[in-house]
Amino acid sequence: MDNKLEKIVQVLQGKFGAAFEEFRDEAHVFISAEHIIEALTVLRDEHEFALLSTLTAVDYWPQEAPRFHVIYQLTSLVQNLSVQLRVPVNGSQPKVPTATGLFQAANWREREVYDMFGIEFEGHPDPRRILMPEDWNGHPLRKDYPLGYEEPQFTFNFDEIDLRKPSPKE
Amino acid sequence: MSEFQLQEIPVGPYKHLVSERALTGETMMLNMGPQHPSTHGVLRLLLELDGEIVVNCIPDIGYLHTGVEKNMEAKTYQKAEVMSDRLDYMNPIGNNLAYVMAVEKLVDLDVPERAQALRVILTELQRISSHLVWLGTSALDIAAMSVFLYCFREREIILDIFELVSGQRMMTTYLRPGGVWRDVPVEFETAVRNFIKIFPKRIDEYESMLTNNPLFLDRVAGIGKLSREDALSFGATGPNLRASGVNWDLRKARPYCGYEQYDFSVPTHTRGDVFARYIVRVQELRESLKIVEQALDKLPLGPVHSENRKFVPPPRSEIGVSMESLIHHFKLWTEGFPAPKASVYSAVESPRGELGVYLEGDGGPKPYRIHWRTPSFENLEILPIMAKGHLVADLVAIIGSVDIVLGDIDR
Repeated sequence: MDNKLEKIVQVLQGKFGAAFEEFRDEAHVFISAEHIIEALTVLRDEHEFALLSTLTAVDYWPQEAPRFHVIYQLTSLVQNLSVQLRVPVNGSQPKVPTATGLFQAANWREREVYDMFGIEFEGHPDPRRILMPEDWNGHPLRKDYPLGYEEPQFTFNFDEIDLRKPSPKE
Repeated sequence: MSEFQLQEIPVGPYKHLVSERALTGETMMLNMGPQHPSTHGVLRLLLELDGEIVVNCIPDIGYLHTGVEKNMEAKTYQKAEVMSDRLDYMNPIGNNLAYVMAVEKLVDLDVPERAQALRVILTELQRISSHLVWLGTSALDIAAMSVFLYCFREREIILDIFELVSGQRMMTTYLRPGGVWRDVPVEFETAVRNFIKIFPKRIDEYESMLTNNPLFLDRVAGIGKLSREDALSFGATGPNLRASGVNWDLRKARPYCGYEQYDFSVPTHTRGDVFARYIVRVQELRESLKIVEQALDKLPLGPVHSENRKFVPPPRSEIGVSMESLIHHFKLWTEGFPAPKASVYSAVESPRGELGVYLEGDGGPKPYRIHWRTPSFENLEILPIMAKGHLVADLVAIIGSVDIVLGDIDR
């Protein structure tokens, strides 16, 4: 791993007691939800990580504690480095403080994570769904949400399936 | 069917996004899209207008949401690749590249040099074709009709080259984990050389119609300004970021597929308006062509995919004579190959910016989680900032200049 990146990881470990993983030269730092805003501020203001490349989540269902990891991928253009912060979140009423105050890019990405995983971002200025319709039930990228399929219609069961098919609302 | 009714949009759900004047009815709320020729797909905008001036702009996306990320979790690594073409339909080969590079990083797979060079040639041709569609349609949005026809003429030549190498014009799935599908035919080099020969003059032609055209300049100069700080905070990448004065290109900063061997420059501009984004992309056309020419000159001979049979299927001819090959072939196409229980993030420079793939394996043959960091998503998010204070007609020019692809945004 790069020397500069190692120093940054050490700073995070010293400040937040963070666990750390390395895989294929990538640094993954585990930070708790209450420290995440502080950690992002340190990275942005002291180590020039100006770009929040992406913000997403992973669901480890049926594991409950922690069920989700919220992932922050940060890029520093000046130092040409990347670092990934991972925030473990429990399954019941998952909540993470919002990063919109630091990175504008977090606004839509957090809405997407809320839409797809049902993780709430406290203090988000616009907490609506973004990709799914407003009246949608459930959060599609959760592992306990079925993929769904369409039943193939043949001549012998055409009418039967036709009756069960959902039709667009009036 | 019921008779036609005029539906009014309630302001209630958007109260926190509009100004107070909208609540008293002083300003007007207007719906634009999702079916609108200048929204480049199905983008819906809710506009708050003071006369003809945009006070607020609320993008509404998701009309093309197909659940690609969820669907990919149910497919093996090889089969999921087919879906990656369909995300950003202006840049299928670039999407393939982002995906196969993430898979290769996850399973630690080598790629031979000839395959790397072919990947560079094809993704750069794809970049040119994507920029041509952008140039044509965004010029068409502001009423420069003839540019559109010329751009599509040249794009057709590139699509013919894709058809030559992969059998498909658009959804090629030509790049595969470990290399490319198969070697290019003998006609490939002549076809690309012909394109390299004619294309510089064609770029001059487009520029002669636009760059110094006073009618065009009136529509683009000083419109939709994006400051460097806003661009970075909103996560803009690609030509939009470079037009705001930030020199950041993943091909230069973190070279992949051997980009470090090629001599090219990264065009930037400082004005950050629609004109700057136009200039940056037109210069990128020339730079991409330079890369294609160098890569074609250097194109090494040799295999086009990895010899690691645990991940790359054996050639057809071996299956009849080798027991191991038959087993590998059977295992790869029924079960797929396993990937370690770990995650990687790998990014490439697509025509629109940083196209990243977060890929997590669980030890089995299917991705546990795949997330596409698509550049258009972040680029569209800045639209309200750029549109504020401009006319509705200018909004059309701004949407065009951002170069969004809705398939890329909604996934």
